[in-house]
Amino acid sequence: MDKPVNNRAWLLVLPVLILVAFSAVLPLMTVVNYSVQDTFGGNQFFWAGLEWFEETLSSDRVRAALGRQIMFSAIILAIEIPLGIFIALNMPKRGFWASFCLVLMALPLLIPWNVVGTIWQVFGRVDIGLLGHTLKAMGIDYNYVNDAVDAWITIVVMDVWHWTSLVALLCYAGLQSIPDAYYQAARIDQASRWKVFRYIELPKMQGVLLIAVLLRFMDSFMIYTEPFVVTGGGPGNATTFLSIDLVKMAVGQFDLGPAAAFSLIYFLVILLVSFVFYTAMTKEGETL
Amino acid sequence: MVKITLENLAHSYLPHPKGDDDWALKPMNLTWEDGGAYALLGSSGCGKSTLLNIISGLLVPSQGRILFGDRDVTALPTMERNIAQVFQFPVVYDTMSVRENLAFPLKNRGLPAVQIAQRIDEVAKMIGMTEVLDRRARGLTADAKQKISLGRGMVRQDVNAILFDEPLTVIDPHMKWELRTQLKDLHRRFGHTMIYVTHDQTEALTFADQVVVMYDGRVVQSGTPQALFDAPEHTFVGYFIGSPGMNVLDARVDGSMARAADMLFALAHRYPALSGNVQIGVRPEFVRLGAGDDGLPFALERVEDVGHHRIVRGRVAGAPFNVIVPEGQPIPERADRVILDPAHTHVYADEWRVDPATAERAA
Repeated sequence: MDKPVNNRAWLLVLPVLILVAFSAVLPLMTVVNYSVQDTFGGNQFFWAGLEWFEETLSSDRVRAALGRQIMFSAIILAIEIPLGIFIALNMPKRGFWASFCLVLMALPLLIPWNVVGTIWQVFGRVDIGLLGHTLKAMGIDYNYVNDAVDAWITIVVMDVWHWTSLVALLCYAGLQSIPDAYYQAARIDQASRWKVFRYIELPKMQGVLLIAVLLRFMDSFMIYTEPFVVTGGGPGNATTFLSIDLVKMAVGQFDLGPAAAFSLIYFLVILLVSFVFYTAMTKEGETL
Repeated sequence: MVKITLENLAHSYLPHPKGDDDWALKPMNLTWEDGGAYALLGSSGCGKSTLLNIISGLLVPSQGRILFGDRDVTALPTMERNIAQVFQFPVVYDTMSVRENLAFPLKNRGLPAVQIAQRIDEVAKMIGMTEVLDRRARGLTADAKQKISLGRGMVRQDVNAILFDEPLTVIDPHMKWELRTQLKDLHRRFGHTMIYVTHDQTEALTFADQVVVMYDGRVVQSGTPQALFDAPEHTFVGYFIGSPGMNVLDARVDGSMARAADMLFALAHRYPALSGNVQIGVRPEFVRLGAGDDGLPFALERVEDVGHHRIVRGRVAGAPFNVIVPEGQPIPERADRVILDPAHTHVYADEWRVDPATAERAA
């Protein structure tokens, strides 16, 4: 059947188109513009081709930052996902304590990023911070300002504190949707606790886990504010992740060309990993 | 396989039950003989599922004891009772194949692989799923999933009892009949104690040797289908069993005479003075239609032809009253009377049947 064609309908899409153009497309194209040109200010541009991209890809500095970034995302996923599942499994299912836990879990999620950074920055200080001072008093040599490992531990613990709740809440929602009959059937079938988890809870949580992993990956891969506030990327370059490095390059050194190329590569990496990951997980879901 | 005894068992879902209404199950004593095929019959919300879950250990009763043989299992968790239960709605393990689903209870018991494979073949044949054994359970129809649930319930041979909680609700009618026959067959071959919860009397009567009727948290009668038909101990049994159910009329009973709808008629037994709400009950099968002065005044409303007999529906003194007229027997032209068969007319006081034998002695 022929559908009636009315080209005036395009007008209805126009507002969205304009909005998206100004909020996303135009800024992105500006970045693209910078990435293929060189400028010395004064609105003078010189064509640079793919030079900045080549420079970025072969830059040791960017590679090191990427390595740290991958390591960071891997560590926090490895901690937050199992921990979140574990917490969700042990949260009360109903009653007063269920609501209490929910509120408690949601609290860290409500705190702005830079405040989280500031809290931990102060918390970990050896002179006045509760954590830093206590550790020092216990004779543990802890100082995130000078020691790279301590800085890493601080930032990882901070991220776990900040974001495990998200994983736990998502998993909790997934668990709550499992009908009682499944647990009853498992008891009748004499399944062990592990088998209940493996064959009932985990499959039923698959959907929310996919979302949790995706969100945590993207977020941790783009992390900027908290490490910036706590360590400023230091000591040395120990906690200089991709976005911190990028800002240093763009705003600190005013290398707009390389920074633009860097941004685009960064953006594509996140897009690619998320896409691959999503496809793999949903495919798995279908064949399971 | 053991005899299951419920001793003074009662259950309430409330922590501090007060009135009668707070109890989902009122105190009861009941014995399930080893190897019996039982149907637990009653309307929705009468406590059937509660009772079943207590037997399987999914619920811990508020009071009373459960014995498997001589062993007190009241505090024993489900895992250690070794009981199979099939629920109303299908429960399958999504990530497993049909075969793995069926093998799950056996694997959990640590049976050798050869024995498992052999059992699965048998059960798959029984539920008609041999061809799809290696498919993933996810994505199968509700029917198929419920058949898997049934299969998982029947796969263990050493269970103490198999409990069915309205298992055929989601199955289409043809398959229902076939599966019921299979269950019956299974019972004959292996002699498991089976308890089958349903609110469908046909299902109960075709499956069970012994029917237990529950009403409002009580077991009101337990007996063979014939006994439930011949002598309903409670008006609910009379109403629930039979199609249509027993006719019940308010009455006054004096000695061996009863008065209902302003007519006096004879009963088969003598009764002492009865207290409470006195009623008489008679099944539509034991009522004749008449015209003239004999019997109770009857207002005919309609006639339903259901094939091998006709159901005549009407009222006596305002209460619904049905008569079954066998095939080949004419319905009188101006049927305005019903004549009750005294031998099959029961007397009820406060809804419980007055036993004629004890009544004779008391009278």
